[in-house]
Amino acid sequence: MSDKSPQDAPAEREKDDVPKKRTVSEDSSIKTGFSRRDFIRGTGLASVAVSATVLLGDEVAKATGRSQETGGKWVGPEAVDVTLRINGQPHTLQLEPRVTLLDALRDRLDLTGAKKVCDRATCGACTVIIDGKAVYACTTLAIDAQGRDIQTIEGLVPEGELHPLSQAFVNNDAQQCGFCTPGFVMACKAYLDHEKSPTYEGVQQSLGGNLCRCGTYMGVRHAVLEAAKKGGQA
Amino acid sequence: MDYKWPPADQRTLIGTRISRLDGPWKSSGRVKYSYDINRPGMLYGRMVLCPHAHAKVVKIDTSEAEKMPGVKAVQIMFDEGKEALWAGQEIVALAAETEDQVRDAARKVKIEYQPLPYLVTDATPDKAGAQYIKDLTEKTTGDPSTGFQQAEVTHQGRYGANVITHCCLESHGQVAEWNGDSLTVWASTQNVSGIGGEIGTGVGIPGNKVEIITPVMGGGFGSKFSGDAWGVACAQLAKKAGRPVKMMLERDHELMVAGARPSMYADVKVAAKKDGTLVAWDSHSWGTAGPASPGAPTLPYVFKIPNSRAKHTAVLTNIGPERAWRAPNHPQMCLITMSALDDLAAKLQMDPVDFFQKNIGITGDRSKNYNEELVKASELMDWKKKWHARGDSGPGPVKRGVGLSIHTWGGAANTSNCNATIHSDGSTEVSMGTQDLGVGTRTVVAIVAAETFGLPIEAVTVNIGDSKYPSAGASGGSTTVGGVSSATRRATVDAVNQLFAKVAPSLGASADQLEAAGGQIRVKGDPSKSLSWRQACAKLGTESITAAGKTSRDLTSASVGGVQMAEVAVDTETGIVRIEKMVAVQDCGLVIDLKTAESQVYGALIMGVTYALYEEKIMDQQTGHCLNPNMEFYKLAGIGDIGELVVHMMTGPGYDDRGVIGLGEPPVVSPGAVISNAVANAIGVRVPYIPITPDRVLAALAKGGKA
Repeated sequence: MSDKSPQDAPAEREKDDVPKKRTVSEDSSIKTGFSRRDFIRGTGLASVAVSATVLLGDEVAKATGRSQETGGKWVGPEAVDVTLRINGQPHTLQLEPRVTLLDALRDRLDLTGAKKVCDRATCGACTVIIDGKAVYACTTLAIDAQGRDIQTIEGLVPEGELHPLSQAFVNNDAQQCGFCTPGFVMACKAYLDHEKSPTYEGVQQSLGGNLCRCGTYMGVRHAVLEAAKKGGQA
Repeated sequence: MDYKWPPADQRTLIGTRISRLDGPWKSSGRVKYSYDINRPGMLYGRMVLCPHAHAKVVKIDTSEAEKMPGVKAVQIMFDEGKEALWAGQEIVALAAETEDQVRDAARKVKIEYQPLPYLVTDATPDKAGAQYIKDLTEKTTGDPSTGFQQAEVTHQGRYGANVITHCCLESHGQVAEWNGDSLTVWASTQNVSGIGGEIGTGVGIPGNKVEIITPVMGGGFGSKFSGDAWGVACAQLAKKAGRPVKMMLERDHELMVAGARPSMYADVKVAAKKDGTLVAWDSHSWGTAGPASPGAPTLPYVFKIPNSRAKHTAVLTNIGPERAWRAPNHPQMCLITMSALDDLAAKLQMDPVDFFQKNIGITGDRSKNYNEELVKASELMDWKKKWHARGDSGPGPVKRGVGLSIHTWGGAANTSNCNATIHSDGSTEVSMGTQDLGVGTRTVVAIVAAETFGLPIEAVTVNIGDSKYPSAGASGGSTTVGGVSSATRRATVDAVNQLFAKVAPSLGASADQLEAAGGQIRVKGDPSKSLSWRQACAKLGTESITAAGKTSRDLTSASVGGVQMAEVAVDTETGIVRIEKMVAVQDCGLVIDLKTAESQVYGALIMGVTYALYEEKIMDQQTGHCLNPNMEFYKLAGIGDIGELVVHMMTGPGYDDRGVIGLGEPPVVSPGAVISNAVANAIGVRVPYIPITPDRVLAALAKGGKA
């Protein structure tokens, strides 16, 4: 349960908050099928005033809750209208309150640039920008993202064009399999939007919440600095 | 025009730095991976996994799950009465309208198990219990006992590397869709031409009725060669539901069973003369690859020490089965051998570079290359300045040190087939059923074709990632680049020769006097007699030229070498190891695209930092479970963890003339050894196992009387 104010709601990543190394302990989810992810889904984050019905230990009920966006009314567990402003366009979807922003983007709107990898706020492959900040879409509930400006990688430039930051990733070969790349591009954008004179150390800090398995970090370092030099953050 | 690679002075594209062709697709977020495919009416699949490390499946009851909201199909994947041999064995698959609904339904599947005894930890053979061990080999060369008697300095040590997983960012899985009796599978695979038959057999249709589509894929590293049980189950669910099904592995499942690199440990005894000449080796190695035993390692690694004996014992455990992990067995064999040699060099009070050079003759055919690479790496690392006698790293809690290792890999070409087409409008296509794992295969194919046609790279359309194209080998073992580049070269040379024959009369020359260069077809030595590429192609009329080519041994070869060095800083109060700098000097014959080749090596170093310092699949004997099937506790290196990386590709005479050889595996072999050796150099004692975690550093310091 949480009574945090709405502006604290999504899993925002501040510059000095590098979320890569976690210390929360957790049992393997295999036995019960219950995971922290389900808990987050089940209870909702922050701005929803939560009333989670916990059933006998091994599972969590679908969320019911009331939020400011629903005018203080209780909603769920059935699907409800959720209106999201994505890349400047409003989209109204019928979603259960437990649906994450990432699943809404990928499964319902075919905006698949944000990837599902760890699905629990570790790797950054799902990074989108909400109200100017880099956010993990996998641990943000869609219902909580209402009333906010959500930017996905598809919203950077019209289809067929290449954003200068994406171009910098190409020029510096800052991608191999490319599955982490959209997340990196969005995290870089959020960083460069706030930091006009990026430093080597700043890049490492700001991208510490994004993981790559192929090992493209050398290219990423160069890409961010090149994009910044060219004013590619616009 | 024969097939051989153009000489250095005639290459315009091969060997230069060219950005990968699919880069814009990826960095714009627009390209669709298998995980991103959304089909009309598509359902979401999920599997129910065995929670026991070893159990008999007594009864499977899906009746309640079938009644759950949104559920459209259920598929039993495991027979009642059979034994599941690891936690994570797939038992049931379900498909429902949404991801959340299928998760809800999966919880309602009732499975009765009869738990059985299991072993999931890396036990030594003497502690594992007879039913869990299998002695594989014992190989002797020369006379080890005489060798050790003649030795002047002998070292003994134990070294090892635990089980790690692949952790592909795009998990294993696929979207399956039926169209009548034909099946389309968008699969995340390293084996586009190969898995159709396997999935077809699983669902009872011929392989040619299965189309595999994989334009891009999110990482494989050796774990995605098979169609897999979930590929078949996904197709079965789609058949039952009459709708497409997407079933990608959840992250925990991915880390539990979709990839494991076997562990390997060894007790080693190694001996030399006082001048550093290696004379004898004796090792007993062991390790686990899950319930089956993998091949035995080849120890010692690279250095063929005379008078050697190597015994290997497999420990059979109830963890997920192994899958080939980038350079199978090599990183472990390298760690064990290079650590032992480094310890011996310390005992001899020799600089490891001098010690390796002293013995370079017993590395075999590649010894000249190794020598050149040792010199280059030393220069790039500034080794002579940085190296100090072991543990002699000055006052203060943070100790610095450097380490060295060398490695090898085969990298012979796989068998690939290519069709090259020239159209009368001047456009060209190259088609093959290969795949680009992110290594630059698509770009390599385009470079070779464009070089042959004398055209810019944009003029070539590359069709790969679909099983409808001519079959190509799986991408594994660094076999792809040789396969696709030689097949493309042969197909495009044959195609352009056909074009020469067509246009030769209009140039008043014979076909063999023509060349394709600079966007023209022209008479060799007489540039005034030329046609633009487009003019030449227009002479084809309505007919296109298509030529087929196949992998060719005369354009490729095998066996590469590489030398790596690492510089680390170790905080002896916290045990934390930081990478300061790594140097990789690598050969792989003729480099097609220097840019993506260097990226492969950078990536290998980073993957190496990860397995040297962080990665560990932690198994719990109490529960039989993997304790860290997630990405916060299964740790990957981040952008701030890698230090400064320097990559140098060996090219030019002596390298280019060997033809094309694979590169993916070799540079990932040495990082564990170089980092381990650098840590030993820094703190004065060996941390015997990787990953070199802070607790292991502190334990080694305590044991060595250094803390």
